[in-house]
Amino acid sequence: MKGTSLQGKESVVLERDHLQRLLDVLGKRGYRVLGPTVRDSAVVYDDLTSLADAPVGWTDEQDGGTYRLKKGNDRALFSYVVGPHSWKKFLHPPVLRLWRAKTGGNGLQITEKDGEAPKSAFIGVRSCEIHAIAVQDKVFLNGEYSDPLYKARRQGLFIVAVNCGRAAGTCFCASMNTGPKATFGFDLALTEVLEAGRHYFVVEVGSELGAEVLREVPHKAASAEEKATAERIVAKTAGQMGRTLDTRGIKELLYRNYENPRWDDVAKRCLTCGNCTLVCPTCFCVTVEDITDLTGEHAERWRKWDSCFTMDFSYIHGGSIRASAMARYRQWMTHKLATWIDQFGTSGCVGCGRCITWCPVAIDITEEASALRRSEQKS
Amino acid sequence: MAGLSDPMVPSPFRVRGVRKETYDTFTLELEPANGAAGLPFAPGQLNMLYAFGVGEVPISISGDPAKPQTLVHTVRSVGAVTQAICKSKRGDVLGVRGPFGSHWPAEEAAGSDVVIVAGGIGLAPLRPALYYLLSNREKYGKIALLYGARTRQDLLYTSELERWRGQFDLEVGVTVDTATAGWRGNVGVVTTLIPRAQFDPAQAVAMVCGPEVMMRFTVRELEARGIGRENIFISLERNMKCAIGFCGHCQFGPTFVCKDGPVFRFDQVQTLFAKREI
Amino acid sequence: METLERILSEHPFFKGLEEPYLQLLVGCASNVRFDAGEVIFREGEEANKFYLIRQGKVAVEMFAPSRGPIILQTLGEGEVLGWSWLVAPYRWRFDGRAVELTRAIALDGECLRGKCEEDHNLGYELMKRVSLVMEKLVQATRLQLADVYGGSRS
Repeated sequence: MKGTSLQGKESVVLERDHLQRLLDVLGKRGYRVLGPTVRDSAVVYDDLTSLADAPVGWTDEQDGGTYRLKKGNDRALFSYVVGPHSWKKFLHPPVLRLWRAKTGGNGLQITEKDGEAPKSAFIGVRSCEIHAIAVQDKVFLNGEYSDPLYKARRQGLFIVAVNCGRAAGTCFCASMNTGPKATFGFDLALTEVLEAGRHYFVVEVGSELGAEVLREVPHKAASAEEKATAERIVAKTAGQMGRTLDTRGIKELLYRNYENPRWDDVAKRCLTCGNCTLVCPTCFCVTVEDITDLTGEHAERWRKWDSCFTMDFSYIHGGSIRASAMARYRQWMTHKLATWIDQFGTSGCVGCGRCITWCPVAIDITEEASALRRSEQKS
Repeated sequence: MAGLSDPMVPSPFRVRGVRKETYDTFTLELEPANGAAGLPFAPGQLNMLYAFGVGEVPISISGDPAKPQTLVHTVRSVGAVTQAICKSKRGDVLGVRGPFGSHWPAEEAAGSDVVIVAGGIGLAPLRPALYYLLSNREKYGKIALLYGARTRQDLLYTSELERWRGQFDLEVGVTVDTATAGWRGNVGVVTTLIPRAQFDPAQAVAMVCGPEVMMRFTVRELEARGIGRENIFISLERNMKCAIGFCGHCQFGPTFVCKDGPVFRFDQVQTLFAKREI
Repeated sequence: METLERILSEHPFFKGLEEPYLQLLVGCASNVRFDAGEVIFREGEEANKFYLIRQGKVAVEMFAPSRGPIILQTLGEGEVLGWSWLVAPYRWRFDGRAVELTRAIALDGECLRGKCEEDHNLGYELMKRVSLVMEKLVQATRLQLADVYGGSRS
């Protein structure tokens, strides 16, 4: 995936009826094509070979602790905004066997390691999600150790981005400078346009590979007016954000406020259910489980998603370091907005709003940050 | 790193010997079972030890860094994995991943006096530093080892302690929290040994390891003697699953104890160390 | 309403202290009250007070990671809480928390230190009393440490 800026790259128009062809071309080129579909009353990500399975005509209403799918008034494909899944479920799988081993020989023989992963194509990636992938790239690929499992899944990734046509009630990508327009990290970026009997996509080409794939899909050059329409749509989305987060000095703000009584306030509400960590596209914590069979001669090591909200997470010497709900919520939010910056050079938050939508008690990270800031102004 | 292509895959090490230190603490000597020459490490670093099919735990290396052919670990039996490790017999195989983490400034302390303060099993991660200092004795000024344990039955490395006490160029202070009559050594917490220890605070480096409460009070006493916070080093412990900075469990503020620690210079962590539930 | 002076004179800590000295001390004293569970002081904070407990119960604690707060000792009616005001750098070494509703006289340590510097006789009277408190504390601590009750050691 090339990260070059797209000023001056060509834009083309792809008719709605030809979008299926894009999926077919990718499939034929050996990609596992993944995209949005409706399941269990939500838009989730799964294998997508036919657009008939896409969320045609679906839109969503999101707010604190609220997610509802609604039928829209048109046949738009991408009228929904991000759901409970993020692309990390494919790049950083929730359950993964790391290796198998047996005793015998020199006492510990690794018989099988996590294998190669097929190259994937993601359809419908939002700008905030591209940023989330870039954030996880920094976590897994840039340190002293590089995660070979993440690398295997990240390599050869083909991204078809979508510029959001609307913002959801919990979105705040504008505050985090992560959207709504995709500006890097994609092979193709689509802006969906429905107007006066026409349904088409203005497509920005983001890489050589994107251009190559596009050559096999019927398209034509985009007119100045079509390009302007696309830009207008995205600009409108930018003005629709449901939430805002003031990021000025946010790291220092959190570092100054470890003992702010606001944390006790959140703790009264937080159930430590961990939903936020599950739906967050950048949360990466995992645990390692070692198992064996009844003979004791075969063992496996598995890696599974974990959450800093569990009591186990910081357990050592007979107790948890972060025993209180207050400490665990504080850890999550301080990590996401502050210590992440010192660890990886970027914020951990991309403003997708999922944690707000999926919190059963509607705790809102933007509101909590605001409250901390306000408490300093008062004193 | 011992040249592992995948840092999540353990290397086999065979148990060469097990010595019982106390009723629940054992020292294991291991050597590579796959033909490797040894495991070079720096004092203060840790390995992830794997008991086949049971699990993995982070354990500090407690051997001599000048003798990497033998890997030494002192393990306390507190849970399923450590119990399995402590029950190993000669010839058994354990998995080893590592070494990980930061190290004591043993080499960097050349030219200074060194004060080593250990509480309980905290002596295990400090022993490699002491070995290094003693092997390079002429490079250092005064060296003091101050060691506190719960009772005399809980003291580690007792024969070595006796040998060290007999050396003229090493001050050894040992104390226990409680003792029965017949014990002619000190009784009291290890911090009580600090005011009398022989070192020049203006030229001293301190290395401290033990329960966090003990380290907290120890740092205070060392400061009271005049050692600056930038010359005091502590070793922290946190839950670790991967030890390579990916699982997130060992975070202490912005640091990962597995790679930014476990050894920290005190002034760099002093603010967070004073806070609770970080 | 009892006067502060009367209350001071009746507290065991000041038993036998002469009238003029009591009057001096009243200037450094105030009535305080802590609700059950209220934190009185935290380890590391400036220690400028000590407390004569009139009623209730206070726990002296220490916070240990993974274990949480460990209660080292409790103090009740007639007892004295705090001596860090007397020893530089005048910072609390432990946490203090009211277990029950507690009423106490708070004595300003800085104020007291000042008065003791001016009048060494007052200083000596206070030192005698504080030594008694400390001695009792050390005795109690030693007994606790001796773990005399037996049973299995973990």
